[in-house]
Amino acid sequence: MKPVLAVKDLSVTFRTEDGPLSAVDRVSFEVGDGEVLAVVGESGCGKSVTAMSIAGLLPRTATVNGSVELDGTELIGADKRTLRSIRGREVAYIFQEPMTSLNPVFTVGHQIIEVLRTHIGLNRQAAHARAIELLKLVGIPSAERRVGDYPHQLSGGMRQRVMIAMAVACDPKVLIADEPTTALDVTIQAGILDVLRGLRERLGTSIVLITHDLGVVADLADRVAVMYAGRVVETAEVHDLFAHPEHPYTVGLLGASPAAGRHAESQRLNEIPGLVPVLTEQPDACTFADRCSRAVDTCTSSQPQLTDGPHRVACWNPVRERVEV
Amino acid sequence: MRRYLLNRLWQSAVTLVLATIVVFAGVRALPGDPALALAGEDRDPESLRAIREQYGLDQSWLVQFWQFVSHAARGDLGQSIRTGTPVRSMIMSALPVTIELSVLAILIASVIGVGAGVIAAVRRGRPAEWAANALALLGLSVPHFWLGLMAILYLSVALGLFPASGFVPFFSNPVANLHHLILPALILGTGLSAVIMRQTRSSMLDALSADYIRTAEAKGLPPKAVVGKHALRNSLIVVVTIVGLQLGALISGAVVTERIFALPGFGKLTVDAVFQRDYPVIQAVVLVTATAYIVINLLVDLLYSVIDPRIRVRGEA
Repeated sequence: MKPVLAVKDLSVTFRTEDGPLSAVDRVSFEVGDGEVLAVVGESGCGKSVTAMSIAGLLPRTATVNGSVELDGTELIGADKRTLRSIRGREVAYIFQEPMTSLNPVFTVGHQIIEVLRTHIGLNRQAAHARAIELLKLVGIPSAERRVGDYPHQLSGGMRQRVMIAMAVACDPKVLIADEPTTALDVTIQAGILDVLRGLRERLGTSIVLITHDLGVVADLADRVAVMYAGRVVETAEVHDLFAHPEHPYTVGLLGASPAAGRHAESQRLNEIPGLVPVLTEQPDACTFADRCSRAVDTCTSSQPQLTDGPHRVACWNPVRERVEV
Repeated sequence: MRRYLLNRLWQSAVTLVLATIVVFAGVRALPGDPALALAGEDRDPESLRAIREQYGLDQSWLVQFWQFVSHAARGDLGQSIRTGTPVRSMIMSALPVTIELSVLAILIASVIGVGAGVIAAVRRGRPAEWAANALALLGLSVPHFWLGLMAILYLSVALGLFPASGFVPFFSNPVANLHHLILPALILGTGLSAVIMRQTRSSMLDALSADYIRTAEAKGLPPKAVVGKHALRNSLIVVVTIVGLQLGALISGAVVTERIFALPGFGKLTVDAVFQRDYPVIQAVVLVTATAYIVINLLVDLLYSVIDPRIRVRGEA
């Protein structure tokens, strides 16, 4: 099956006052039709930058190399007009902050209608009717009334539902959800995840889910790509990854996340010592080596490449034995 | 929205009453006895008493205040002490000149200021921004009386493009009226546009870095909509505030500009009245100015609530 979205050797470098900063290094992944791919990692690992670079939303200080193919169309290096026609129509985004991601001075209905009119050219009445339909689709009660509300009249969860309605307005092929539940209460989170799951089932939308919350990953994702310091270090089908993590970083990540019943005796979550390094250039070595308990000599002298197969890992000394996390 | 409107109107009324009291007391607090000033050289007690009686100065302040207010409410602002002309008609002839000049100037200033401010914000760090900033600095530092004199010298006297001075009422000849006002309005407007440009630029920069702009871009909206609609609408509060303040200041008298272009406006009336110690005129001028400020403030507040729906709700709460 041909993937809907194919990212290949994507690299992003930012020009800063202190010189170049490498944020993403030769990242590759594919998302199939109706598939949910979770991209996980700590803050600063480059997952959001990867997401933003897909539709060319990075600032001018960013240099992007590599290839992003959406249904066979190359997006990296595409002209602005092409990118604009794809954003919101073929690739849509949901962001972390529902409180600030909607424009406070326009009604939520207007902000949905705007997308419909820009991309599909619906007239006012048709767009208005469609906006109400979309609000119902994402589970907003009394949508006919809510369509005329301003963002400040809605709760955080409702606003995020509006963001989702706006994102799926033109039935995009790929939905990129950048930490969609992070700013929300746990009870609200579950509702948002239900909406996303429903969209995938009803509309067959492929979803790239950017998150650091492994609970969300387990709940929604089909496959997972683990990122560390701008690189994908492991990618596998979700159950396989949770059951048999092979990269020491993935093992650490799973060990550091809370789960009911686990850690009950130790009372404390495991942590990975140290911080994600800030890289001015990508070294020919494993970037996790200095935080890794399994590091061997090769780790600091040569960069490990992803293995082939359904479960791919970039590590010189992967965990092959069963570990209890 | 209706409650917000009523609330605001009520506040304006209270402010107006307070302003009237301050104006009345302020004029009374000025040093010197108006009767003495009027009587001039032959200040025998008899004529002083007559003058006091004529102007009601022998009454208590409370009675005087009541008379001032009740007359003013009927549009009677008294007579000029110097010329005997009703103050009302003096104001009615001066005010339209100033209002027209101010509105023209503020329109010019807003178009230039907002336009240049938006360009400077969008083209940040590029030649267009440097040009806009340099022009703004020039507009702020060059005094407009000098600019006015240069304009008269080159555009009016040397090239004969505009009349150098004078005024034609709008209703007697609209074209000649505009022809007379366009140069002073341009001079006033360019100076003010510099301030508007700087404010627009900084609030646009704020707006452009907001999350909802990223959303608008991710929606695939054209730059025209992202900048001109999503960002600009959010920056307008600041712009409307500054424009309102400037308009108030303009109406209270673009004194220098009116003098240079010999326009019979409010600024000229004020200055003349002060020099001639014409108390009824001063009193009326201050009252009209205060009213203008209150009305402009009210309009600005109403505009806020049109621009930003969150203000409507706060006003109702």
